Amino acid sequence: MTTKMKIKTGNSGGYDVLVLAKHPMETGNRKDQKTGEMIPAHFIQTMVFSVNGTPVAQAHLNQGISANPLVGINISNAKPGDTVSVSWTDNKGESDSAETTIS
Amino acid sequence: MKRRTFIKGSMASAALAVAAGAGLLKPTRVLAADWPEAALSADQVDAAMQAAFGSGDVTDSGDVQIKAPLQAENGAVVPIQVTTSVKADKIAIISEKNPIPMVTVLDAGDGAGGLYSIRIKMGETSPVHCVVSSGGKLLRATQEIKVTVGGCGG
Repeated sequence: MTTKMKIKTGNSGGYDVLVLAKHPMETGNRKDQKTGEMIPAHFIQTMVFSVNGTPVAQAHLNQGISANPLVGINISNAKPGDTVSVSWTDNKGESDSAETTIS
Repeated sequence: MKRRTFIKGSMASAALAVAAGAGLLKPTRVLAADWPEAALSADQVDAAMQAAFGSGDVTDSGDVQIKAPLQAENGAVVPIQVTTSVKADKIAIISEKNPIPMVTVLDAGDGAGGLYSIRIKMGETSPVHCVVSSGGKLLRATQEIKVTVGGCGG
């Protein structure tokens, strides 16, 4: 699983942070076409956005979010040189993170 | 005869123990800390609103804008973007006719919360509500999104 992050200047000030996480986001309602068994739910639950190590926002997701979630937020009080990081955990306890410095 | 049934029974329970050990019988939902389970697994809009905001008293407001397609060709990927001019501390997106209507909640701290964009799954044509909580008030914007191919099931 990989996580990518992009930062651009926001339309209404601040910085837009865009995160693309590779994740299947299984609903738990789908059947495996070969075996006929239900595929267990597997989805990202919480994504934490931090600036210089301080959390600024938490996105809570469930199985209603598309596979490979693309999540964007705006951080208005960040400045160049700040480090923005994101980390996520899913319902199976897997996790990943990414980090970018604002230039 | 007794010995035979005993061996059979013990073999079955051993197989069960192996299955449990391999994680086959584990509950599928292991909670992360502070994930709002009640809101994000409720199957009714009202129950989800109560769980997420503690109130179902919302007003439609022009301070919340939704940018989303009027018609989604593929219900598995419907991009939704919420922008607001008020200081938001929570943003929730609700697709009314989904099996679990509330699909995401953003807890925004200082400096965040002006924008939230995400791609959601939609099973069928339905109104999508974006609810923003700001200083104890709940503001809402709604847009009907037509879905031609559903995003649930496979």
